Amino acid sequence: MLVIKDLHAKIDNKEILRGINLEIKAGEVHAIMGPNGAGKSTLSSVLAGNDKFEVSEGTVTFNGKDLLALPPEDRAREGVFLSFQYPIEIPGVSMVNFMRTALNEHRKYNNLEPLSASDFLKKMRDKKNLVEIDSNLTNRSVNEGFSGGEKKKNEIFQMAMLEHKLAILDETDSGLDIDALRIVANGVNKLKTKENATIVITHYQRLLDYIVPDFVHVLYKGRIVKTGGKELALELEEKGYDWIKKEFED
Amino acid sequence: MNITCRVVNLQEEYTALFDEHLSTLQAGAPDKMNALRLEAMESFKKLGIPSNKVEDYKYSNLQPFFKGDFNLALSNDAAQAGVTATFNCEVPALNTYNIFMVNGWYSHQNDISLLPKGVIVGSLLEKAKENPALFEKYYGTRTPIGSDGLAAMNTAFAQDGAFVYIPKGVVVDKPIQIVNIMTGDSDRLVFQRNLIIADENSQLKVMLCEHTLSTQKYVINTVTELFANEHSILDMYNIQNQHNFTTQVAGYYASQKKHTVLQTNHLTLHAGFARNNIKIKMDDEFCESHMNGLYLLDKNQHVDNFTFVDHAYPNCVSHELFKGVMDDSSVGCFTGKVLVRKDAQKTNAYQSNNNLILCESAKMNTKPQLEIYADDVKCSHGATIGQLDDDAMFYLRARGINPSEARILLMYAFAYEVLEKIKVEALKEQIKGLTERRFRGDFDKCDSCVACGADGQMSCG
Ligand SMILES: Nc1ncnc2c1ncn2[C@@H]1O[C@H](COP(=O)(O)OP(=O)(O)O)[C@@H](O)[C@H]1O
Ligand SMILES: [Mg+2]
Repeated sequence: MLVIKDLHAKIDNKEILRGINLEIKAGEVHAIMGPNGAGKSTLSSVLAGNDKFEVSEGTVTFNGKDLLALPPEDRAREGVFLSFQYPIEIPGVSMVNFMRTALNEHRKYNNLEPLSASDFLKKMRDKKNLVEIDSNLTNRSVNEGFSGGEKKKNEIFQMAMLEHKLAILDETDSGLDIDALRIVANGVNKLKTKENATIVITHYQRLLDYIVPDFVHVLYKGRIVKTGGKELALELEEKGYDWIKKEFED
Repeated sequence: MNITCRVVNLQEEYTALFDEHLSTLQAGAPDKMNALRLEAMESFKKLGIPSNKVEDYKYSNLQPFFKGDFNLALSNDAAQAGVTATFNCEVPALNTYNIFMVNGWYSHQNDISLLPKGVIVGSLLEKAKENPALFEKYYGTRTPIGSDGLAAMNTAFAQDGAFVYIPKGVVVDKPIQIVNIMTGDSDRLVFQRNLIIADENSQLKVMLCEHTLSTQKYVINTVTELFANEHSILDMYNIQNQHNFTTQVAGYYASQKKHTVLQTNHLTLHAGFARNNIKIKMDDEFCESHMNGLYLLDKNQHVDNFTFVDHAYPNCVSHELFKGVMDDSSVGCFTGKVLVRKDAQKTNAYQSNNNLILCESAKMNTKPQLEIYADDVKCSHGATIGQLDDDAMFYLRARGINPSEARILLMYAFAYEVLEKIKVEALKEQIKGLTERRFRGDFDKCDSCVACGADGQMSCG
């Protein structure tokens, strides 16, 4: 589904991603772990198409298409969904309006008619129940005044609405208490199918108890320096990142 | 009576015009109006029409706009004939008491019989004659004819406008909407004068809606005096929807007494060259004032808001929020003058002016001007000029939303803070809708009419 080859990206002439290679198949869950500043958010931003970062080398294909050639909105419509580490507040724009606009743009891209108002509202209701988000959150402006946990839940709700093929969850667990974490993880698990894939970016092993990865990658200084099974996450939890840092000091 | 004038050399010709038609200007007008008229003319001869050499007008040279060939209505014939027939305006969503002014003259009003007892609404000229004591107590007492050439000019020439008086203790249930219509088939110079008084313990929401119905060039010089007496709550909404060939200079001179809450809202959705002088005087202790503004500019529009809050007494608070969006080669200007006089201890004054510049050729001038002579005060001011936030833009695009649509959503989000301050629910919804359509660019003259909204019942010339 996703093939990343030798991906380099920089900002202000500072190279942040320094040759990432990664292949993800439908149905898989990949965890990406790594210390602060390793480049995890940069990788997700680059995949989603944030032009703040300049891709200087490498290729990314997504279901056979050259992902890097597409503007962010088309990547989203192709099925890339990024759950932001820091979701943005947009006062005055209602969740309903935001989701309807987004969903109908996805549908247009796929040559589908816009959803009728009643079908849309039904879909909102269904997905709200699925991801257990409070009804009143979707009656408000996008993320405005939401707590950290509410913002993360709202990301998962949007993911449910937009029916992704590849979900990139950037620290979706940070700032969540244990109950919220469970709700968010449940939501993610319910949205998992054989046809879609998930990248879970996290600092802590805890989330991976709920969303069990097939592969765990360690990102350090812009490179994937280690790949293993879910036991690698436990090892990192136990030993911290220092041994990785020592091993890959350059 | 309608005259045509040609103005090239401003002071001289306006003075000559005044002298020539003085008897018409005076005819039937109250004594105080005529007395101030002469005084104001003397002052106008000295001050003239401000160019940008006048410090308070440094961003707006008004002189060129007052030159040219204009028609000037010296009686209300125009307001009575024809126009009202084509102005078939029903305002179902906005449940308001409506009064209509045409080219500065009182035309007619609806539903006024339903207003609470003692409320006076109508033509300034008529009501002044019926209520001389009231008129004399207030008229001209706030207007700076000695220092502002445009205020002097208005006072010299104005004959009519709207008069609103809310007696003690009366709460007006619905907003009173003053619809100012510019229409006709010739270029026109208009002087309008409004007097709005909320007496002790009363509550009033008043809307001043400015429309242009025909594509002629209009030069409008309006003065509105507002008085909030003890314990009154007065909200004023000015909604400006004028075509690009309109020049409007509008003075809003307000005075607040003890324990009053005044909210002024200047919503400039569409204009040509607009200058607002918004001057609030806190004339006693415990006044609370909220000054809000939103200006949306494109093409070569020019909107200049000059605000002045005079904290003359202790224990008053003022909040000021002006926001603007400038596109194309438009120019926005904001001056926020706050004066805290020596004895005005425990003053709280907050001001912010935030601006979005959408392209490089657009311009914004912003100038806070704080003069603080008391020591126990809390004052803050902040001005920002920025572009649309890249992170927010990316967030929307990452959900599959087009950049153009994302831009509209973000502009709307920016304006929203001011829209939220509108206390008339139906008006808030209507202005929100209009703001969004303004950003979408589908804003033709008729749509832009707040009075009729999308009903399109008005013939738009
Ligand atoms: N907008 C930016 N401007 C400059 N440097 C940035 C920017 N965003 C990220 N970086 C730098 O890139 C590196 C990786 O950041 P990031 O991808 O956020 O790391 P992680 O998500 O793994 O904590 C850090 O050194 C960070 O300082
Ligand atoms: Mg990060």
